[in-house]
Amino acid sequence: MAPKVGLFIPCYIDQLYPQVGIATLKTLEHFGCDVEYPESQTCCGQPMANTGCTNDVGPLAKRFLDIFKSYDAVVCPSGSCVSMVKHHYDEYFTDNPEYEALKAKTFEFCEYLTNVLGIDKLAGRFPHKVGLHQSCHGLRELRLASASELRIEPFGPARALLESIDGVEVTTLKRPDECCGFGGTFAVAEEAVSCMMGEDRVSDHEQAGTEVLTALDMSCLMHMSGIIRRQQKPIRVMHISEIFAESL
Amino acid sequence: MPAHPKLATEFVKNKERAHWHDQSLWFVRSKRDAASQQIPEWELLREQASKIKSYTVSHLPDLLEDFEKNATAKGVHVHWARDAKEHNEIVHGILKQHEVTKVVKSKSMLTEECHLNPYLERHGIEVIDTDLGERIVQLQNKPPSHLVMPAIHIKKEEIGELFHEKLGTEKGATDPQYLTEAARQHLRQKFIGAEAGITGVNFAIAETGGFVVCTNEGNADLGTSLNKLHIACMGIEKLIPRANDLSVFLRLLARSATGQPITTYSSHFHGPAPRAEMHVVLLDNGRSEISGSDEFRRSLNCIRCAACMNTCPVYRRSGGYSYEATVPGPIGSTLSPSKDAKKYSSLPFACSLCGSCTDVCPVKIDLHHQLLTWRKEIRVRGLLPFSKRISMKMMGWMMQAPRLYRFVGKCARAIVPRLPRFLLYNRFNAWGKQRELPDFPKQSFREWMKKNHDNK
Repeated sequence: MAPKVGLFIPCYIDQLYPQVGIATLKTLEHFGCDVEYPESQTCCGQPMANTGCTNDVGPLAKRFLDIFKSYDAVVCPSGSCVSMVKHHYDEYFTDNPEYEALKAKTFEFCEYLTNVLGIDKLAGRFPHKVGLHQSCHGLRELRLASASELRIEPFGPARALLESIDGVEVTTLKRPDECCGFGGTFAVAEEAVSCMMGEDRVSDHEQAGTEVLTALDMSCLMHMSGIIRRQQKPIRVMHISEIFAESL
Repeated sequence: MPAHPKLATEFVKNKERAHWHDQSLWFVRSKRDAASQQIPEWELLREQASKIKSYTVSHLPDLLEDFEKNATAKGVHVHWARDAKEHNEIVHGILKQHEVTKVVKSKSMLTEECHLNPYLERHGIEVIDTDLGERIVQLQNKPPSHLVMPAIHIKKEEIGELFHEKLGTEKGATDPQYLTEAARQHLRQKFIGAEAGITGVNFAIAETGGFVVCTNEGNADLGTSLNKLHIACMGIEKLIPRANDLSVFLRLLARSATGQPITTYSSHFHGPAPRAEMHVVLLDNGRSEISGSDEFRRSLNCIRCAACMNTCPVYRRSGGYSYEATVPGPIGSTLSPSKDAKKYSSLPFACSLCGSCTDVCPVKIDLHHQLLTWRKEIRVRGLLPFSKRISMKMMGWMMQAPRLYRFVGKCARAIVPRLPRFLLYNRFNAWGKQRELPDFPKQSFREWMKKNHDNK
């Protein structure tokens, strides 16, 4: 029987990037998932948690559990929001087996494709030089790829999936996994440093010949795309699910 | 605007300089990566170092007593200082007793923390910092901007000018070798003329009562060998239990700091030389309080390698002075609020939560989680600016009411694209200063789902 997947679409993707939700849905359905989108979901509470306002997060965490607890898996096209649910909800649930179960079945989109569905190759064609931005929370909170600081065997299933698409050439960066400077409210509170970080990331992709900039998180891309568009650089920005959906 | 963002904005204004600063430090981070990659058991070493330090911090009173007993048995005078004031008084007392008026000091962030130099200078004692970088900032009358490389923010042209003015080097000289030689000659005179040497302590060993000072310039050795009085100043967290543990830390420290296999000098001090005196001042200054906190105890594991600064994308682009603290960067932002949460309330937010500091830390301090915990603490203590507090509260309310959330989203998507540019991009919109806003789509994902998908 097809796994019943609860689609967890972060609030800003719902409101600003519907195409990312659609691409995620299409890809999951393509691989045989029975996908449902629970309408009453809103936000995981990460902006409040990262500002220190954890008392504003509690009710959202409890709502989240109620909405998603009945699914076989909860899948989300954002490593950052997944890490919020998996790593920062603990304080709102003590000895709650339902939450422990939710933690174990909540996945970032690429992680679900590779680790749960066992997909290691995508068909289709996408003839572009693709720059993969390793979003920090996916990288260092969820460990979805090897971080350059650690002495471990390099791995990165999302990159492997991208490279399995005919025509994709993943570009090589001077700083493979530095932060883009988005950081949620950091992007506004520390505007000057945030924008310089973003600019530097975009420059690294420029020198590497990136035509299409992608990531597992739309928030990092929203920030870098804002800089790319302001500076009118010839780089297209797509969430990784959009590339997958386009090459199906 | 709170402290860090304001100073960071100033620093970033000079783009060329900010890039140069970023690249200098990234170069060090890259050297650190290469050095750590050469050690197959790197992660094991980190794990071991973390365990040893955690053990130390949780057994601190006993281990300190051991240290005192063993050091005293070796003829070392051990002093205890509760805070910076006591520390400075003790050091001054020892110097006064020996009628010392000229002191050479090897780099010690602890004496920076206590503002020892100005204290001694007020009491008529000349203190010369002998670490080259530290001497440079001392000549500028400024504190270090980095733990390991105190003058990393200063360009060689500026050093040339400073040395021309203070040491009489040729005008316009920028050759590092020439300038270093000039500093060396100048420092030699100071070493010879000094009557006492002050050093920091990198590791003190409870089991033996000895301690180790790591330098690249050998200045700690010169400063303590040429005269009969050595005062070593250490934070109580610098302790390790056994001599055997030392190898773990000596392998990690220099590799993490600069990518060197080991510091050029790792000098072991186990008691005074004949007819000489050795003193150790043990400073608490808030450390016991941190060791009592379940949440922040791990920050005492720090061995001051500064790897977290070199890797921190914010530190690299805002400079050490933007933190206005003795210790800048991620570890500084973790330690400083323990001292004064109000003064340093912007520091835990000077972080994009990228987590690189945590992965680079040789003693595995979960720095970015500690910073996140500090943010909660700052909110709880009522130190979060009203604007942030209220906007998060309102967002919380909206997100608990799906219909309100949908309505607000719909309105924004209908209105924002119609607004003239000056209403969207002005000084109230920090996002839009250097970035475009996303194009607001006609329909949200949930609206699309309603029309195109059988939904629940």
